[in-house]
Amino acid sequence: MNRRHILAMVAGAALLVPGCTGTGGTSKGADAEAPTDPAKVTGTIKVLTVRTDLIQDGTLKRYAAEFSKAYPKVKVEFEGLTDYEAEVKIRMNTKNYGDVLLIPAVVKKSDYPKFFASLGTQEERAKKYRFTDYTTVDGKVYGQSPNGVSPGFIYNKRIWKEAGVTEWPTTPAEFIADLKAIKAKTDAIPYYTNFAAGWTLSGWTSVNGSVHCDPKATDKLAEGDPWAKGADLRVGDTLLHDMVKAGLIEKDPTTSNWEESKPRTAKGEIATQWLGTWAIVQFQDAAKKAGVNPDDIGFMPFPAQTGSTFCATISPDYNQGVNVHSQHKAAARAWIDWFTDKSTYAQDNLAISPLKGAPLPDVLKPYEEAGVKFIEVDDTKGAQVKNVDNQSEVGIYAPEYRQNLVDLARGARDGSLEAFFADLSKRWTETQRTAGS
Amino acid sequence: MTDTTEKAAVKTTTGAASTAPSPAPAPRGTRVWRGVTPWLFLIAPLALLITFTYAPVANMLAYSLTDWDGVSPELRYIGAENYAEIFTREDLFRVFFVSGYYLVASAVQIVAALYFATILSFNVRFRNFFKGVLFFPYLINGVAIGFVFLYFFQDGGTLDSVLNLFGVESDRAWLGTPVSANTSLAGVSVWRYLGLNFVLFLGAIQSIPGELYEAAELDGANRWHQFRHIIAPGIKPVLTLTVILSISGSLSVFEVPYIMTGGATGTETFVIQTVNLAFRFGKTGLASAAAVVLLLIILLVTWIQRRLVPDDKVDLV
Repeated sequence: MNRRHILAMVAGAALLVPGCTGTGGTSKGADAEAPTDPAKVTGTIKVLTVRTDLIQDGTLKRYAAEFSKAYPKVKVEFEGLTDYEAEVKIRMNTKNYGDVLLIPAVVKKSDYPKFFASLGTQEERAKKYRFTDYTTVDGKVYGQSPNGVSPGFIYNKRIWKEAGVTEWPTTPAEFIADLKAIKAKTDAIPYYTNFAAGWTLSGWTSVNGSVHCDPKATDKLAEGDPWAKGADLRVGDTLLHDMVKAGLIEKDPTTSNWEESKPRTAKGEIATQWLGTWAIVQFQDAAKKAGVNPDDIGFMPFPAQTGSTFCATISPDYNQGVNVHSQHKAAARAWIDWFTDKSTYAQDNLAISPLKGAPLPDVLKPYEEAGVKFIEVDDTKGAQVKNVDNQSEVGIYAPEYRQNLVDLARGARDGSLEAFFADLSKRWTETQRTAGS
Repeated sequence: MTDTTEKAAVKTTTGAASTAPSPAPAPRGTRVWRGVTPWLFLIAPLALLITFTYAPVANMLAYSLTDWDGVSPELRYIGAENYAEIFTREDLFRVFFVSGYYLVASAVQIVAALYFATILSFNVRFRNFFKGVLFFPYLINGVAIGFVFLYFFQDGGTLDSVLNLFGVESDRAWLGTPVSANTSLAGVSVWRYLGLNFVLFLGAIQSIPGELYEAAELDGANRWHQFRHIIAPGIKPVLTLTVILSISGSLSVFEVPYIMTGGATGTETFVIQTVNLAFRFGKTGLASAAAVVLLLIILLVTWIQRRLVPDDKVDLV
């Protein structure tokens, strides 16, 4: 009996030891400087990516082969992660998270210098590249996105034409009227929410900025009330609510299917979806696979005009950064620079190039013709917005609140839209006060 | 049960000692060796148990006292603040109402499992086939089940087509409203775990000696009497165990609703909420505290159950 007691105590004590976590003591503020002589850069670097599809079809290997022509002594390996955010987040508690990686959304901006090596000062990089403020901490830049995206509606041109709509709607009310026309005159589902996937609904947050053509829209999220009358998010959310309430969406949103929605949109069974420029390629591919015309896939801006012009925001996709613990920082930096400047990644994805002054992709030709104004929303207060978002548990980047909004609109949840917005406003502004800067 | 095994163990050792001629006590070295041997065998399982069960739990306890966000290398000790937050925010406990659906489902599940186990313990045609059919769902991975049932409940999916075959024109979104969604999800969970309960019951029923049934039949007992007076008391320990497992399972439902609805439309359970806190809002500290609270609630519920239904010995003969 006595022996057992002692044993239990020893075991208990042993259990408490790992209670102290082994984090902390990381190196901070390292730089990944651009190599001057490509022939001298050596090493094998591992690049973490979400594009498992591009690993499988060999596209990334082709980029790597192209890269090694310029940097013959660098070998590039890729590691595709399907559940990127969750896996990388856990790996970032160690030093082993690749040499080049996409900066996960979960990392606090102020922690960037602890995890990533700097790519240079913002002052210098902003001359050449877009989106630098998304990763700037204390004047230094920690990541660079290889392409930019613009949110908008993917729509089936044929169906919209069949419904008799030839001009892009300019107000939310017109948009609803057009969807009603689609419902009346065609067999297509006017709007597909992709409710079950979730992230498709959180995409509605990117309405922010385009409603009032305001490059300072993020500051307004940080300091103002996003659901005040006329505020961008409220305009977007109201449109979503009204579409659902008017029955202009799929019959059973809870079992919607993202993969299936692509060919269905291409074939004209679905008329419209709120996504981003990045999706165009995927929908065109789906059209080719389904044997229908890929040119039917169109793209239109949010139905709001400022001074009779549409506005479209451009924001970066995942930013690539260099692991601060990497043994081959020069090679890693070389890859990021080459991938951003020289590879055809942005063009191949019909995306907006991160290089200032580069031409727009062809799919956005209608935008140019219609005189859509592109704005880059200033992200200086982005970290603050995220902090308020997390602390308040509103989740403007998470699906729950819009799923609740859709449930409310279709009557699966009690309450009024007014009360719903009021609750969001209250939680958000109260947290602003306590969380502060 | 432990009592009898201990006694049995004592009997065998004394038996062995009496048959084998045991001369002088073994030398000191051998005795020490003998004392250490069982522990040597235990090294591997204990190491695994400590590394993968107790160390993470200890870690979780430690995290629950911090404001860690899950990634940042810096974490601040904030004492019991997280616990204070959990107990002062009633919205965090509202999700336990969803467990009610799963509790009701567990009751249905236990009754059904008991029914099938009783029937299949008698001589029935194709009895092994039916046993297989009933146990099969338990072997399927939970994630796969989630996806299969998403198609099942889809608009115009399997369920609707089957209902159509029987002439029932169903035009409803099965996962559309909180009540129907939770009922559907609880149904899936019954489908999945019925097999486990069934096997536990079947095993217990088959350990009841066959003579008892024969004797009962001679005395004129019908099947219901046999169930009421032989089977039910005979499997009582297993029955209590199953009830405990079901209740703790209902409080910590996770994979089926997480995969199928992600907690939308009022199907959020306490564990889904905890996962969201940790991974969506970067509140790993608070989420750890929530996990500890859930653990304590389950321990408490189990303890109360054990007090209410003491584990008395089964004595049929």
